[in-house]
Amino acid sequence: MKNKMQKLMMGGCLALGLGLTAPANAEELRIGFIAPVTGIFAQIGKDMTDGFQLYLDQHGGKLGGMDVKFIVEDNQGKPDAAVTKAKKLILSDHVNMFIGGLLASTGYALAPVSTAEKTLYISSISSADDLTQRELSKYPYFVRTSWTSSQPEQPLGQWACDQGYKKVITIAADYAFGYESAGGFQKVFEDCGGKVIQKIWPPLGTKDFGPYIPTIKADADAIFTVMVGPMALQFPKQLRGAGIKLPIAAGGTSYDEFVLPFMGDEVIGDVSSLHYSAAIETPANEAFVKAYRTKYGKVPSYYSENNYSTAMWIDEAIKKAGGKYPGPEAFIKIMQGIKLDAPRGPVSMDDMRNPIENVYIKKVTKMKMFGYDKDELWNKVIKTYPNVSQFWTYGKEKFLAQPVYSNTFPPCKFCE
Amino acid sequence: MVSQRVKILIVFVVLAALAFIVPNSGSFVVLLATRAMAFAILAMSVDLLLGYTGMSSMGQAAYFGVGAYLTAVMVTKFHIGMGWDFWLVVVLGILIGCALAALFGLFAIRAGGVYFLMITLALGQCVWGLAYRWNSLTGGDNGINMTGRPQFGLDLSNEVTFFYLVFAFFAVSMLLLYVLVRSPFGRSLAGIRERELRMQILGYNTWLHKYIAFIIAGGFGGLAGVLWAYTNGHVSPETVVLTTSVDALLMVVLGGAGTLVGAAIGAAIVFGLREFLSTLVPWWQYALGGVYVLTILYLPMGLMGIPARFRQRLTSQGNDQASKKLVSKPS
Repeated sequence: MKNKMQKLMMGGCLALGLGLTAPANAEELRIGFIAPVTGIFAQIGKDMTDGFQLYLDQHGGKLGGMDVKFIVEDNQGKPDAAVTKAKKLILSDHVNMFIGGLLASTGYALAPVSTAEKTLYISSISSADDLTQRELSKYPYFVRTSWTSSQPEQPLGQWACDQGYKKVITIAADYAFGYESAGGFQKVFEDCGGKVIQKIWPPLGTKDFGPYIPTIKADADAIFTVMVGPMALQFPKQLRGAGIKLPIAAGGTSYDEFVLPFMGDEVIGDVSSLHYSAAIETPANEAFVKAYRTKYGKVPSYYSENNYSTAMWIDEAIKKAGGKYPGPEAFIKIMQGIKLDAPRGPVSMDDMRNPIENVYIKKVTKMKMFGYDKDELWNKVIKTYPNVSQFWTYGKEKFLAQPVYSNTFPPCKFCE
Repeated sequence: MVSQRVKILIVFVVLAALAFIVPNSGSFVVLLATRAMAFAILAMSVDLLLGYTGMSSMGQAAYFGVGAYLTAVMVTKFHIGMGWDFWLVVVLGILIGCALAALFGLFAIRAGGVYFLMITLALGQCVWGLAYRWNSLTGGDNGINMTGRPQFGLDLSNEVTFFYLVFAFFAVSMLLLYVLVRSPFGRSLAGIRERELRMQILGYNTWLHKYIAFIIAGGFGGLAGVLWAYTNGHVSPETVVLTTSVDALLMVVLGGAGTLVGAAIGAAIVFGLREFLSTLVPWWQYALGGVYVLTILYLPMGLMGIPARFRQRLTSQGNDQASKKLVSKPS
């Protein structure tokens, strides 16, 4: 018995030890990709991976002339697991860079790994504001190709103000992403003269808004909402079901292409803002949507597009570097010098390593798009704010002097 | 029956083998072993409650969580814990685990069985709620980042050095818990597990015994949390979430409750399957689920029950021809 146990354990350890250390090929660009493949976020993880994979497939598995070894790792939507997987990718697979991370918490967990291991981390979805704002100096090997949570909501605040809304209620999921989105909206909206008169924070994952909807003040002009996942599906249904007809201006995740196909006609006319809409009428986007839909049978969401354009960005950067990976710092420098013509529109990078990109104000519309013969819900672009930076119009210094948006900042001056 | 000395020898040899083999394996193995060992301390603390005292705690992640958050807050807000004061954080982590358990124990120990389970679950969720909502302290959903690991003569940012440190904590924890469960106090806990009423009639203050065991388990939970925080460099509500408690409980059941070693084996298997298998195949969850189901169906004593199972087989084979036929028949 004793021998058996020992042999089992030792054998197990040896088996683990072998098979792990594959030598890195010098000609290869080794890319690790961290996304939730299992768990409640698995479908979003699939959109992310598919987006990147589509670009690779369209370019014969090469980026900038280098053969790409693309390794997908599952973090189960958990930050702890993301750290393990990132270290596995770096230590065992010797990746040149790792990409991905869905939730803000995953982004926060992965950024220090890039610092400790001196390996490039490209955050292709995770949007926590401070990673490219007040905490950037801690993460020299970190770069973002997606967005900050407040980036599209600040223009939306301006847009809502321009519509003549005076009093707005915010209802946002009760966690950092909700705070940062709602905060960005409130700051700009109030600086423009509007008033946020009530802030409601239903917990993340709320499916029954029964306790929250009746508290909505009747004298508001509009509702600003930030929902994610199943919350996004339930909220408009229940709000309209309760007979509240106030116009909705929402954070992008409330109506993105990931949830839109599952929504009913009650969402027609609702407005949201994001740095991508599948209904952007440019040849580049049309080609992307068609290719993606043909391959994966669904309309791409921003999760797909952001990873597609991340691959595009790497492609351009490797080309500029002369067909080889020049190391993280040089690579980031090259990325910052690139003006990308992505499906989402022109994208470049600011000196805080966050994209400057168009923000689209979109209205849910039932229409035919790109020659598809069925009437479907699309996020029709009704206004484009070009080249929006994460600092909106405040300027970097002034913006960074204020604290990060939270459930207490900006304070609710007009709440009773 | 193998004598206790031989068993101890086996454990010692396996530990020595681990200390030798792991650092010479791939760096990912070192990482996994470090994580599994830090978590195994938590699993063993659950075993002290479940296996030795008969209390199935569903809220052990609470102590794990406060240990981890204490570390992260100390390091980021007070700049304590990156040098020699690492040991101070360890002590504080253990103390805060004990303190929280002392508080929670007042609520939980009154109840037994499934009620105890529900109360500990609820209390564990309270800690999770705090971690999630107390933004100014815990960073809310984003959690807290720590950059780097302590340096005090030893450079813990080296994964192998850090592995040895966690290994030492793991081994010492196991030893301490072993001494504890073999002590008269540990025996009285086993007595409570078997028949609490009888122990009361014998004059034991069973509430106090359970309370003390609960606090000790909390202390080890806190220690595991401190090590976990340094291992990951990041603490978030995900550390305190219910599944962490459930994982610890499942590890104990998988390895075999009431054996301590079983908890460690359970941790090794769960981490091996979850973290290692998931790098290879997408269906790793089925494998893990299958292991759980098979264990519960065929090994109610957990993996540590395998030897006993074998002996049972052997003796019944000798005595009973009919059962032998059944065994040899392929099904």
